[in-house]
Amino acid sequence: MGLLSLAIWTPIAFGIILLALGRDEQAGAVRWLALVGALVSFLVTLPLYAGFQLGNAEMQFVEKLTWIERFNVNYHLGVDGISFWFVLLTAFMTVIVVIAGWEVITTKVNQYMAAFLILSGLMIGVFAALDGILFYVFFEATLIPMYLIIGIWGGPNKIYAAFKFFLYTLLGSLLTLIALVYLYTVSGGSFDILSWHKLPLAGHVQTLLFFAFFAAFAVKVPMWPVHTWLPDVHVEAPTGGSAVLAAIMLKLGAYGFLRFSMPIAPDAAREWGMLMIVLSLVAVIYVGLVAMVQQDMKKLVAYSSVAHMGFVTLGFFIFNPLGVSGGLVQMIAHGFVSGAMFLSIGVLYDRVHSRDISSYGGVVSTMPKFTAFALLFAMANCGLPGTAGFVGEWMVILGAVQFNFWVGLLAATALIFGAAYTLWMFKRVYLGPVANNDVRELGDINGREFLMLALLAAAVLYMGIHPKPFTDVMDASVARLLEHVAVSKLPQ
Amino acid sequence: MSATLNASSLLAVPLAPLAGSVLAGIFGTRFGGNWIGRRLSHSLTILGVLVSFILSAMTLRDVLAGARFNETLYTWMVVGGLKMEVGFMVDSLTAMMMCVVTFVSLMVHLYTIGYMEEDEGYNRFFAYISLFTFSMLMLVMSNNLLQLFFGWEAVGLVSYLLIGFWYNKPTAIFANMKAFLVNRVGDFGFILGIGLIAAYAGTLNYTEIFAKADELGGLAFPGMDWQLITVVCICLFIGAMGKSAQFPLHVWLPDSMEGPTPISALIHAATMVTAGIFMVARMSPLFELSDTALNFILVIGSITALFMGFMGIIQNDIKRVVAYSTLSQLGYMTVALGVSAYSVAVFHLMTHAFFKALLFLGAGSVIMGMHHNQDIRWMGGVRKYMPITWVTSLLGSLALIGTPLFSGFYSKDSIIEAVHFSQLPAAGFASFAVLAGVFVTAFYSFRMYFLVFHGKERYDQNPDAHHDDHHDHAHHGGEKPHESPWVVTVPLILLAIPSVVIGYMTIGPMLHGDFFKDVIFVDASKHPVMQQLGDIFHGPVAMAVHGLSTAPFWLALAGVVVAWYMYLINPAVPAFFAKTLRPLIVILENKYFMDWINENILARGARLLGTGLWKGGDHTLIDGLVVNGSWKVVGWLSSVVRWFQSGYLYHYALVMILGILSLMTYFVWMAK
Repeated sequence: MGLLSLAIWTPIAFGIILLALGRDEQAGAVRWLALVGALVSFLVTLPLYAGFQLGNAEMQFVEKLTWIERFNVNYHLGVDGISFWFVLLTAFMTVIVVIAGWEVITTKVNQYMAAFLILSGLMIGVFAALDGILFYVFFEATLIPMYLIIGIWGGPNKIYAAFKFFLYTLLGSLLTLIALVYLYTVSGGSFDILSWHKLPLAGHVQTLLFFAFFAAFAVKVPMWPVHTWLPDVHVEAPTGGSAVLAAIMLKLGAYGFLRFSMPIAPDAAREWGMLMIVLSLVAVIYVGLVAMVQQDMKKLVAYSSVAHMGFVTLGFFIFNPLGVSGGLVQMIAHGFVSGAMFLSIGVLYDRVHSRDISSYGGVVSTMPKFTAFALLFAMANCGLPGTAGFVGEWMVILGAVQFNFWVGLLAATALIFGAAYTLWMFKRVYLGPVANNDVRELGDINGREFLMLALLAAAVLYMGIHPKPFTDVMDASVARLLEHVAVSKLPQ
Repeated sequence: MSATLNASSLLAVPLAPLAGSVLAGIFGTRFGGNWIGRRLSHSLTILGVLVSFILSAMTLRDVLAGARFNETLYTWMVVGGLKMEVGFMVDSLTAMMMCVVTFVSLMVHLYTIGYMEEDEGYNRFFAYISLFTFSMLMLVMSNNLLQLFFGWEAVGLVSYLLIGFWYNKPTAIFANMKAFLVNRVGDFGFILGIGLIAAYAGTLNYTEIFAKADELGGLAFPGMDWQLITVVCICLFIGAMGKSAQFPLHVWLPDSMEGPTPISALIHAATMVTAGIFMVARMSPLFELSDTALNFILVIGSITALFMGFMGIIQNDIKRVVAYSTLSQLGYMTVALGVSAYSVAVFHLMTHAFFKALLFLGAGSVIMGMHHNQDIRWMGGVRKYMPITWVTSLLGSLALIGTPLFSGFYSKDSIIEAVHFSQLPAAGFASFAVLAGVFVTAFYSFRMYFLVFHGKERYDQNPDAHHDDHHDHAHHGGEKPHESPWVVTVPLILLAIPSVVIGYMTIGPMLHGDFFKDVIFVDASKHPVMQQLGDIFHGPVAMAVHGLSTAPFWLALAGVVVAWYMYLINPAVPAFFAKTLRPLIVILENKYFMDWINENILARGARLLGTGLWKGGDHTLIDGLVVNGSWKVVGWLSSVVRWFQSGYLYHYALVMILGILSLMTYFVWMAK
């Protein structure tokens, strides 16, 4: 079995074992088994890093088996510099959410843990799939565990949220399925994504394909104006669900742009690039303003996610190395930072059972350790140098200025808005005199929470101080992608 | 043999305070469970800064002997051919800044032992100021714009942490957020400037940028009838306006006085706020290319120099007087930058760092002596009780107002002369502003001086004695002041010495010698100010003697005399002015309504817009109309379609019969 298959199926296998064996009476054993499963799943991704060839733009660790011969569907896996980091990120975040759910989840523990482990494998599958149908199966399959996570362990309005999440994202991807089938037809019966990249396509066909993909990926990112599912879903989702949703699921959409939209329909991507830039800038500014006035911490971070993802799509569609790599870096960084932000909210929610900013104030007086972490993550969220949040923003802003000064100018407003909504929340929740008895009685984080936040803090700082390994991996593939997109695929 | 600099000893300069900071910050605070006590925390951090200071001094010595250093030490990342690195460029400008930063920082560390003695955040405070020292050193030692930006934001972060040091105090946590956000507005411009340089020069390294300066100077801004370099310089300068608190981004600095006094001295007077000045001086090869940008700088600097000085007159909080004085002096430095007298700006930066740190620490000493009363109206006669604080503060004030032979005289007089020589269109206004500013500076400085150190003791008249500051002090309203402990007075004395002599000692080499040769670039054909300044300079003594007969000296003297008359001899005069000039004072008391505009128009406007977009856009339009609308349409459609499958057999039978009938009709009629 190849390394990628191992990365995909290890967590899924552990998930199935958990489903089969676990009962709530043995919750303790179930948790440990889940942690072992998550750790093993993370460890099996590490040889990928050791074996990844820098400077090679080709797909690596390729595995290809026939799956459905009749339709030429293959179990075809591989990663390049674009998808590579997300395999590791997914496995890493799964370890974190298992730790995060440790004593918080008390009912159906085995199912909860299993859902995350299976979800982890499926998401890695999305990033590694090189076959259209395989991609689609993984892409859609991820909805099921997430739907269950929200619907079972979510808040009071969880059913509405679960449905909104499911329908919103499913509707988008149906158009993508049509696009996949169309590509299968015109390519003479192939679901090979890489061969689709080389397929000449007429202008109007490219435009249709571009928007068909857009329907699925833009919803997932989410881009303005199809972002409204995200705040509602985050509010109802359990902490771990929010963390994985923000940290990884949103990236599936952004990744789709790089794997499908841009290389398959490069002419349309260039033609409609300005539209994408405008939508991204709206996300940065409009959503930044909306984030500022949120009263609910989770909604605030959800809107902040939309704004940060706006940077990702902006970076992609300015078509220069700084922009595309910056977008990718921003995706990874946002994975750490938004995951950490949601987990921090979870830490407070577990104690006070409120997400309202107004229920807090002066948390620093009773939870100094926790506040130190929260400050780091807040600073990362406003893109302070030395944290992961800075790297992508810096690259995208520089890339945008290179593309067009005015686009850069609008993008750079994020420096102000991002700081405004993050620090205002930080001030109201953590600083000031102790607001009420709930806050007065707060106990500081325990060892488990410390470990979880410390792991993320280490990742945030590492990426901020030493981002070179991240960009080195991406470099060749990003360069290849940009070369590819620059060449017209219109039939001569 | 010429001296050489090596990377490891240079690296130790910023890393020593960082190490102290990390140790004290993690193990000395509640974060790490208070493992190490106060004594160890302050010893470790002070040791770090001391090492840093000694190495900086040695670096300066080597630089004076001709050594230079410009190397990249670490590659942060390389993307699309753009190298982003960490490296040091050590030349005379850097070495001087290193010495100023580490010296003032060392003094402040020492002083803090006394000042923060009773504070429970003692170790945390030391961790922060050492972290600040690290960040500021990284900023000044950088050889590229990326690292400069790193340091730039890092000092901003520490400033945020320190202004909000007393995190339970609502005014403090408002002030620190405000400081961060206003600085972010500056950074917004700064990052765009850096972006333009990266886009057009293809590098972030200073030396490589300067090599391409002429090329940049020839480019036009795409799509506009502008010079590219003008846009670049104005963007960079907007960054400087935030950090160096230039009008209209000055609003955060007075509020930053909410932080403990030692940091007001270190960060908000001597070092961080001068980062903008330093950056422009560092970037002189670019700024020289755009007269438009220089005019812009000149105007902003003049406004800041004069109008912020006015504000100092009406302040009653001892720290706020010094804060407005800092704003005004930063304006002076900016004016100097505007007239291409970069070295004069940096020279003033240095002298100001000493005497303003001294004045702040002196003010802090008075505050301690007065049992945490900061209102100068309830002081008076303090000189009897605090002789060392008194003498050192007097020296600092004399330096500030530009008394001949004192350090401030050499730097400020040079600025005034430089403006006088400048040919830029804005120089006329600037000339007026800096001259008028001299009188204003002298007036508010000595108003404060006389109210604090001379006159009647008014300690028992304080109506709200249980006022301000953090400590849970008992009621101390009427008690006599006392002199501060040696850890406080020794830094005052050590700062007083350079405040007096540094100008006299260094004006020759720094302004008219070779000290800044090859570091600061001036296009002498276009901006001959420095030459003209050099022509009239005949040594520091001659300059001081000549200074006695020039307008600035008499203006300063007039300011002192007026302050003396108004606040010591005839207190009816200020009362009279307070009545007659009421509208003017209202404007000053409201800080030119800048805060009002920011809070009620900008901040509230942004929140209103945010709410509008959220409720109107997200809720009503997108969710209400499109999302829920589309499922309502689906619902409606299905309710219509549902009607067809009612489940009643006779309905289906009827439809079948009707269908058959219509089909038959069709075939019978149409098929004919």
